[in-house]
Amino acid sequence: MSDMAVALPEIEGRSLWQDAWRRLRANRAAVASLVILAVIAIASIVGPELLTWKYDQIDWDHVEAAPPNFAAGHYLGTDSIGRDLLARVLFGGRVSLMVGVLATAVALLIGVTVGTVAGYIGGRTDQLLMRLVDLLYSVPLTFFVIILMVTFGRNFILMFLAIGAVEWLTMARIVRGQTLTLRTREFIEAARAAGGSTPAIILRHIVPNVLGMVIVYVTLTIPQVILLESFLSFLGLGIQEPMTSWGMLINDGAAELEVTPRTLIVPAIFMTVTLFCFNFLGDGLRDALDPKDR
Amino acid sequence: MWPTLARRLLIGIPTLLVIITVCFFLMRLTPGGPFDFDAPVPPEILANLRARYHLDDPLWKQYLDYLFGLLRGDFGPSFKYRDFTVGQLIAEGLPVSLENGFAALIFAVLVGVPLGIIAALGQNTARDYAVSAASMTGIVIPNFVMGHVLILVFGVWLKDTFVALPAGGWAEGALANRVLPVFCLALPYIAYLARITRGSMIEVLRAGYVRTARAKGLPFRTVVLRHALKSALIPVVTFLGPATAFLLTGSMVVETIFQIPGIGRYFVQGALNRDYTLVMGVTIVSAALVIVMNLVVDLLYTLLDPKVRHEAGA
Repeated sequence: MSDMAVALPEIEGRSLWQDAWRRLRANRAAVASLVILAVIAIASIVGPELLTWKYDQIDWDHVEAAPPNFAAGHYLGTDSIGRDLLARVLFGGRVSLMVGVLATAVALLIGVTVGTVAGYIGGRTDQLLMRLVDLLYSVPLTFFVIILMVTFGRNFILMFLAIGAVEWLTMARIVRGQTLTLRTREFIEAARAAGGSTPAIILRHIVPNVLGMVIVYVTLTIPQVILLESFLSFLGLGIQEPMTSWGMLINDGAAELEVTPRTLIVPAIFMTVTLFCFNFLGDGLRDALDPKDR
Repeated sequence: MWPTLARRLLIGIPTLLVIITVCFFLMRLTPGGPFDFDAPVPPEILANLRARYHLDDPLWKQYLDYLFGLLRGDFGPSFKYRDFTVGQLIAEGLPVSLENGFAALIFAVLVGVPLGIIAALGQNTARDYAVSAASMTGIVIPNFVMGHVLILVFGVWLKDTFVALPAGGWAEGALANRVLPVFCLALPYIAYLARITRGSMIEVLRAGYVRTARAKGLPFRTVVLRHALKSALIPVVTFLGPATAFLLTGSMVVETIFQIPGIGRYFVQGALNRDYTLVMGVTIVSAALVIVMNLVVDLLYTLLDPKVRHEAGA
């Protein structure tokens, strides 16, 4: 009997996620996006290691080679100084995706902490934190990311920290909203009656319950971050040579626009497809996890 | 309305002050400086340069000088454009950026809002999907890609046809030179506005008063345009506040691509050249603009939506 009492809620908890998974699988656009994203991610991680040419290696015999040049191993041709385009796009993808994921992780950490604390503790704390969020909303933060990049030199770590530090606002608002509806629920009251401390209740009970919304929002934040990173790199204020990212490749390609449009078009397609897929996946996840529809 | 205005102004001024302070100290903490020359420079010349720009004063004095300078509208000299003050550069660039920005905004509202309405009226029809797909495309394709694609098509491929447009340059604001940049700036707004309008219109059309209006026998067109549109536009107005910020960041890209002498391009150039005073000046002016626009939008909002008025009064 006591075994059952313990086992039952666990099954319920799992079926909730299974339910969402089933809904997601029924959404063809979301599944296709997931598959394409997986392919792009794996290709970006593994691809640069498998190709004949390295992303920063110059092939003096094939400068501006037209694609496809199978004999020399330049499947998408080379750029104006003889670097393999495919290798560069895949390596750039690795950098762009990495910035996207890491910066979103930073935003997630700050946003969920601020959101749950403000929502759960309420009162003055809530007022103060949410005023801060409002205030930051009314400031052109992109300028600050640029000032930070100028001030402290353009390095990779600073870049995702800075982007993460400006992208957490919406996350905090959403999480706070969810937390507000959760804090009056019986199971939270029960946890409090059982003597749970505030940090413990937030970590064990609030956070798992806002996870659904958070996952949706993470999928929608990653493309925004990738966009911001490529924006910075495009302006020459982001990633530095010899490293590269999609934004930088697009910038390089733009300079060769009249001669070799593909050096612009290829990275642009990779980036756009990735952004599309994240958006479709995010929409699909929202439909799958939306508590209103359940 | 007036108490709200006063309260918002009271929040806006310290915000601006914090922005100025953060900017100032961040820029002064930089390891590199505007006088890092490639060739070695005699120390006397460096000392003279530093004295000329008051960089040898104590930091607190520089800060206070800067603050009081701002009050007089003096943003200091530009470190790279030697013969200009930052104030002159901004005075030159800001009108250009604002003209393009407002043209883009008006164009976006004129296209985006009707698109959203069309999509909402045919919810889940082919029309709706077409608009949604198009607006997703507009949101996803960044303007630095779109700008180059537009240049490639109208400036390169169609160079010898009658629709050819200049690939860049400003030519003192000739109309042909404005078309591509304004279009490029407007595209993401069109997409967002269509999306927002569609969403809010669908919600409003389900409201009781819309049903009442239709039950009275009013033609559908009148109900949509006279009754539903007003409340459906509330989220659109809310979007216009943050839109100013997007507009300013968008202008950085568009002005860089199309070689337009606006403040966005000055900002990027300043950041690349470590031209502190220029970067700070543009940031401060932009922040002030965004704060004022948010204020204006908040006021419009209270005028449009009685619910907000009551909450503010309570």
